[in-house]
Amino acid sequence: MIKTDALIIGAGPTGLFCAHQLGIIGLKCEIVDNLDKIGGQCIELYPDKPIYDIPAIPECTGEELTNNLIEQIKPFNINFHLSDRVQEIQKENENWIVKTFKGKEFLTPNIVIAGGVGSFEPRKLPTKSADKFDGKTVLYSIKDKTIFKDKSVVIFGGGDSALDWAIELSKSSKVTLIHRRDEFRGAQSSVDKVKELQKNNKLEIFTKYSIKDVKGNGKLESVEIKDDDGNSKLISADYVLGFFGLIMQLGPILDWGLNIDKKTIPVNTETFETNKQGIFAIGDICTYPGKLKLILSGFHEGALAARGCFKYARPDEKLRFEFTTTSKAVQNRLGLKND
Amino acid sequence: MTKIIYIEHNGQKHEIEVANGLTVMEGAVQNNIPGIDADCGGGMSCATCHIYVKEDWYPKLQNKEPGEDDMLDQAFEPKANSRLSCQVTVSDELNGLVVHLPEKQV
Repeated sequence: MIKTDALIIGAGPTGLFCAHQLGIIGLKCEIVDNLDKIGGQCIELYPDKPIYDIPAIPECTGEELTNNLIEQIKPFNINFHLSDRVQEIQKENENWIVKTFKGKEFLTPNIVIAGGVGSFEPRKLPTKSADKFDGKTVLYSIKDKTIFKDKSVVIFGGGDSALDWAIELSKSSKVTLIHRRDEFRGAQSSVDKVKELQKNNKLEIFTKYSIKDVKGNGKLESVEIKDDDGNSKLISADYVLGFFGLIMQLGPILDWGLNIDKKTIPVNTETFETNKQGIFAIGDICTYPGKLKLILSGFHEGALAARGCFKYARPDEKLRFEFTTTSKAVQNRLGLKND
Repeated sequence: MTKIIYIEHNGQKHEIEVANGLTVMEGAVQNNIPGIDADCGGGMSCATCHIYVKEDWYPKLQNKEPGEDDMLDQAFEPKANSRLSCQVTVSDELNGLVVHLPEKQV
């Protein structure tokens, strides 16, 4: 079990800066995020889009902002637990026991939820009939591509994931690529490659079609697709792959007994604590009168939540307010040499 | 103010006066209309404010920005008359606009 002063859920800008603020006041923290990389929405949704409203930074991309925050928290050697999700929490005396999906356990007096609008999950096929094959022959990510060898694989989607896997799997599987419109949004080189493969009969493409039904008794047999006029087609399939991007879901957080208001968590604006002692919420996931869903608000909220964590992490100490410009103690924490 | 008519998937109809300049998404969210999630808050990066625009209204809307169709690919059951409501700005010309909400957003 990992003991820490605070566990942060979410490695987006808000979670990262909260980690910085915890470090500044001398507290340790660990960060869990469902994505396989640091940066949250900034890195998953808009790594290349410029942001213009970070104070004192006229323009930066989501990726640059993330990299700068990572640089800023380096002195604190924070542990990240990526591709994992907090599943269960349980109160034990003054602490929370936190269990993740992958089986990690934390013991901490403070949980800071900086989960944005939830954890990113693959968007699934809209047809209910697909559910019973989910995880077996209807898949939304690929762990072992060898299972597709010499099989019929139907791929849905028009982005890079769909195109890249269509190209890769066409080498040793019978691939059908299906997309709802004529245009693909993936890289042009991949689009060209897919069309060339189609010309050489290495794969089949149906555009302006979407899924109607997944058929099979126990075992997946075929998918039925339909066009805008309702004409349908049956395609035999051993596997169906769906690449419809990611959606954000609150997931297990909903089961922790927190007050929830329209997918957000009400907090007090002094410490950003929720209705549960020792659980804080900051960034897009929290709500209060006047809440702005801006990164800069998340920074402010994280700074105050860190101070809120202090009283549970160091119940016998008094927190002194110090500036980074003048405090030797703070500068030591930042790894700066004082001579 | 411009009248926008939101029709939920179950048929429930909401006639709402929305201020010009707001988006159809904001009109829904500010008036607590169920069926528009708008997870990303209007950034055209999540496809959870997906609407079907009534056919005769569809050609009267502003054209799609580059990228809107890419996001619609990821929406729940997109159709030819699908739009992201965060990309439709309310103005006098849209008085009486009818939009249908999908069965779900995710």
